[in-house]
This record gives sequence, structure tokens and C-alpha cells, in this order.
Amino acid sequence: MSSTPVLALHGICKRFGAVQALTDIELEIHAGEVVALVGDNGAGKSTLLKAITGVGPADAGVIEWCGRPVRIQRPRDAQELGIAGVYQDLALCENLDVVGNLFLGHEITRAGVLDEVAMERQALELEPLAILTKHRPNVRVPVATLSAGQRQSVAIGRAILSRPRLLVLDEPTAALGIEQTAQFLDLIDRLRDQGTAIMLISHNLGDVKAVADQAAVLRHGRNNGFFDVPSTTHEQIVSSITGATDNAVTQRATKPWEDML
Amino acid sequence: MNGADAPGDAGGAKAAGRTAGERRATVRPGGGPGEPGRQGLKGYLRSLGDRLRSGRLGAFPVVVSLLVTWIVFQSLNHNFLSPRNLSDICVDIVGPGLVAVGIVFVLLLGEVDLSVGSVSGLTASIFAVMYVNSGEPEWLAIVSALLSGAAIGTIQGFFFARVGVPAFVVTLAGLLVWNGLMLYVLGASGTIDLGDRGLVAELSTRYFHSAALAYGLAALGTGAFFVMTYRDNRARSRAGMSALPVWEIAERTLGVAAPSFAAAWVLEDFRGVPLALLVFLVFVVGLDFVLRRTTYGRRIFAIGGEAEAARRSGINVVWTRVSAFAMSGTLAAVGGLFLTSRVASVGQTSGSTTLLINAIAAAVIGGVSLFGGRGTTWSALLGILVIQSIASGMVLIGLETAVQYMVTGGVLLGAVILDSLSRRSQKLHGRA
Ligand SMILES: Nc1ncnc2c1ncn2[C@@H]1O[C@H](COP(=O)(O)OP(=O)(O)OP(=O)(O)O)[C@@H](O)[C@H]1O
Ligand SMILES: [Mg+2]
Repeated sequence: MSSTPVLALHGICKRFGAVQALTDIELEIHAGEVVALVGDNGAGKSTLLKAITGVGPADAGVIEWCGRPVRIQRPRDAQELGIAGVYQDLALCENLDVVGNLFLGHEITRAGVLDEVAMERQALELEPLAILTKHRPNVRVPVATLSAGQRQSVAIGRAILSRPRLLVLDEPTAALGIEQTAQFLDLIDRLRDQGTAIMLISHNLGDVKAVADQAAVLRHGRNNGFFDVPSTTHEQIVSSITGATDNAVTQRATKPWEDML
Repeated sequence: MNGADAPGDAGGAKAAGRTAGERRATVRPGGGPGEPGRQGLKGYLRSLGDRLRSGRLGAFPVVVSLLVTWIVFQSLNHNFLSPRNLSDICVDIVGPGLVAVGIVFVLLLGEVDLSVGSVSGLTASIFAVMYVNSGEPEWLAIVSALLSGAAIGTIQGFFFARVGVPAFVVTLAGLLVWNGLMLYVLGASGTIDLGDRGLVAELSTRYFHSAALAYGLAALGTGAFFVMTYRDNRARSRAGMSALPVWEIAERTLGVAAPSFAAAWVLEDFRGVPLALLVFLVFVVGLDFVLRRTTYGRRIFAIGGEAEAARRSGINVVWTRVSAFAMSGTLAAVGGLFLTSRVASVGQTSGSTTLLINAIAAAVIGGVSLFGGRGTTWSALLGILVIQSIASGMVLIGLETAVQYMVTGGVLLGAVILDSLSRRSQKLHGRA
């Protein structure tokens, strides 16, 4: 199983002016594996994700794709490797309709002309959009008219549309309802079984426990431990996130995992 | 590195994941084919009412303004709707209209180009100096003028998109610089007369007097529109997707047919179809196609909607922005040639700020949002038609330019208020 990881990060650093957001980050993700990236607010999770997707390239460090060092300087670079992302914010164009957003940047064309019918047909088959199409199949409304959860679904649909080899998700369930979250976690299971490598950022340790194989903890922009999720307790991860074994959070959260689910 | 990675554990995690998965709700399949569109005239009227109330106004306000303008001036002076006057308006709109079409590209990005008036004056002077003063071949002078417009737009776009100077400032500087350069190019001569020979001179004096051509073009336009709408619709319903109700296709086709045939009739009654108007329509239709049906147009709308989302989806935002400014500069040059042709000369007052204001006002009155991401090239045509109608009507009833400015300003203010209100109403109805 210790094959070459799809993505390996070595010594990734990123600085915003005076803020050192990431310092010497190490991370590996294999095909068919879900790695959860956890950490407190401001730990640098979103920054790391943006370094992987080329939205905010790293200042220093080595990114290896299937064992080969690559440069990811722009979003296109990451897309060409087969990386797709769902971001925490600013991910959709409100004036475009759902189909327009789903295919933005990789539209289907016929003889140079947008093939709206083909795009809409594919859109209707996308599973995360079932939330939109369940009651009234309408993928032609502007995204501005959608609820936060529906937008989240569009963003997720957009990411899996390109059949990525690595899917990176920044708090994708934050706006989702109970049923939609469950469907989403099922979808993650299935993508993993199909061999997709998945990096999941979440504050919800219940979700992490439900789907993740590994958990990588970030703290103040540095690695703060790797855990094998099934054999790790809630408290271990929490104390690694907060940097203390004995504080308010760990005391509150001493229940075993099973009760949490 | 990856501390506790053991082969067995990954499998165990998967199993655990699946057990957890079983406890979760099962996934529902996606929705079925489209709900049937509202049928019948009643349903159509209701959906029209819905559309207007929720702030999706489309071409509705500008068409109403145009009709009001025409009715008012016709009641004040019976020559207003005469074939001669309407025909003149149709030629007068072409110059500023083409400039406005270029501005639409920039407005769609949510930016503004204040330099188009000066650019059109400068490029027209370059043309006139090369062709008349230096005796270069006319085609070379035309190509030089157009390339200058494109180059100026590209430079301004570069400073905005790459260097990051606000477009407002870059193009305001451009307004001064290119106007100064125009005065320099014109030099001592001041005004250059074009004479009545040559391609540019003919642009606004050539008419095609042939009923077959006029009605043929109207029929062709309507037919092409109907066939395209019908084919799109059939492809959609074949694929099991919601299609337009019959009434909407009828409405749209009629919306194209009525003005086309009316225009053919009016133009035919005077001197025939003006070449300038044909060129203008080709630009409007062609660029509308580019904006709404191609990947490039989709990118412009995306950047106007949310530039960061566009960038994250891999769109080259810098290049797309530069290209929109280049488009604006080029069309300013094209419009400048038509304006030159109309007055048969280039002088120090060419490319005035009135042109700039009319072009921006036309786009906005026509329904292009100043907030970016909404509008079409047809907005420029309809908007400039309103503005030119006001100008022409004022001249007919003998009012001074002062009043004309105030009225046009009032219409512009009205359009901007409508834009803001419709945006607010769309927000209220969740369609920001
Ligand atoms: N564009 C930026 N400019 C300046 N500083 C930034 C920028 N983006 C992030 N930072 C800083 O980098 C650090 C890490 O931010 P990041 O968004 O990666 O945190 P996060 O782990 O995703 O937090 P959260 O859980 O709240 O989403 C923070 O200290 C933040 O202030
Ligand atoms: Mg974050």
C-alpha cells in the first residue's frame, strides 16, 4: 500500500506580509485515501489548500505529483494535473446560472460555440445537484437566487465534474443540511472507492471520523501531528488541535467517538 | 512522515466509513425532466408580470423610453416620425452606437472606459492626416486608425489589469493624453476636410435603394432568429429539458419581426437602407453572438460577476480584461471613422466628451448594468436610439443644446436609478 502518493508536500512555506501563514508543511495523500486537514481558526488550512490548487501559490517548498516534482503557480497548473477544489468563499459567479458556473473554465463547445444543451444534460446528471433538481429541475437560474447550501452543492458539483484525481474541499459541509451532509459523505466514500484522493478540511470531527482515513493537524501554520483516524480518540485529535491536553475544550469533549455520531 | 500509516488500517477505516454510511440517509436520484412551461396567454402575461416585478426588466424600460420619446416629439412636430428624419437618425446613431458597443465590453467587466471619445477623435485624425494630408492609400490609413485604437485600448487595459491602476484613473488620464495627442497630430491645419470620395466618405452617404433588399433583410433577420430559437428549443425538449412555451417563442419572434419590417418600410420610403446602419447591425449581431454564445463572452460575464471566482476556475483574468479594453479602443476607432464620414471632416472638436457621455449613457439607458455582469450589445443600439431621437427632436422643435443636455442627463439619471432599483429588487427577490 505504501505506493507513491498522488500528492506529496515538502517544506511548504507561505507568508502574507508580516504573517507567516505556513511553515515547513509536510503532507502526503494517496489515491483512494481521505485525509482530513484539521486545525483551529487561522491555523493555515485554507492557505494550504490554495497553495495546492494554485490559487495562492506557495513561496517555498516542493510539491510532488505522483512522485514527480511539479510547479503549481496558477489555477490552470493544478487543473491540468487533475486537482479540483471547493473553496470556503468567493467560489461562484452570482450573475451566471448554475450550468454556467459548473462549466466555467471548461465549457463544452461545438465548432467554437457553447453547447448549452450538452452542458445542461451533464449538469442534470450530477449527483450533488439532486438537492436543486429534486423539487423543480432548474439549473438555469442565476446562482444569486440560491440558498447557501444550494450554492455549496453547486461548488461541490463543479469540483467533481472534472473527475479530478485529487479533490480538495474546504469546509464543504458548512452550509449543508443534515440529509445533504449525509449524501455528501456517501459521495466522498464512493469517490474514494473509485480511487480519488481526497483532502477534506473540516471543523466537524464527526464528519472527519465518518469518512477520513488520516487526519493531519495544523497549528499556527505548522504540522502538529498525523493520526490514523479509526484508531485515534477524539481527545487526542482535539488536544493536538488546541495544543494542550488539559484545557476547556478537551474537558468538554471527553465523550467517546461513538457518542458523538 | 505519515506516522501511523498501516495497510490494514486504511481498509478498516473504509469499513467503518461504510457502516457509518449505512446509518446515513440513502441518496435520492436526481430530478426528472422539466416541468411543463406555463401555457397559454394568461400564463404568459403572468410570467411577464413576475419578471418585471422581480426586477428582471430586460429591454422593457428602454423600449418604453423610446416609444415615449417618439410619441412626445411626434406630437410636438409632425416631421419627427417622417421617413426622412427617421432615416437620418438611423445614420446618426451609427458612430456613437459603435463606440457604445465597445463600452459594453468594459461595462460588463464592471469597469468604465472614459477615454473612448478622445480615442475616436485621435484615430480619426490619424486616418485623415495619413489619407488626406500625406496621400497614403485609404486602406492603409483605415488599418492604421483601427490598429491605433486597438493598441491604445491594450495599453490602458495593461495598466488596469496587470499593473492594477483603477480603470477609472487610467482612462481619465487617457482622455487627456489622447486628446492632446490628437491636437498634436492635427497640428496647425486644425480642420481636415475629407471631400466626398473614398470609402470612409461613402460609409454614411451610401444607401441601397431596393425594396427587395430592405424587406429581404427584414425577412432574413426574422427567419434566422426564429430558426435559431426553434432549433435550440427542439434540442432542449428532445434532451428532456424544460423548453420555452410557444407563447414566448411567438413573443420573441414578433419582437424581432415588427421593428425589422417597420424599419424596412420607413427606410425604403426615403433613400433605402443606409450602408452605415447595415455595418452597425453586423457589429451588434456579431458581437452579441460572441458575448452570449462563446467561451470568450462567458469569461467576460464571469469576471464581471465575480473576478476571483473566474480566476479560480482557471480563466486568464488579466488577458480577458486587456482584450475587453482593446475591444473598446478598436470600436472607438471604428465609430470615429463613421463620425468622420458623417461630417466629412476631422477637427479639433472631434472626439468630444459629448461623444463619451452619449456612448456611456446609451449603454446604461439600454440596460447594461454599471455593476458589471449584465447587458448585451443590443443595449447599446436601443440606448443610442433613445439619445439620438432626443437630440434630433430637440433640433426639430428648435430647442437649444442646453436643454438637450439636460433632457439627456435626466434620461441617463433615470436609467441609472432604474439599474440600482432593479438590482435592489433582484436582491429582494434573491436575484442579485
Ligand atoms: N490574503 C491574506 N492576506 C493576509 N493574511 C492572510 C490572508 N489569508 C490568510 N491570512 C492569514 O493566514 C493565516 C491562516 O489563514 P487561513 O485562512 O489559512 O486559516 P484557516 O485555517 O483556513 O482558518 P479557518 O478555520 O478560520 O478557515 C491567518 O493568520 C490569516 O490571518
Ligand atoms: Mg479556512
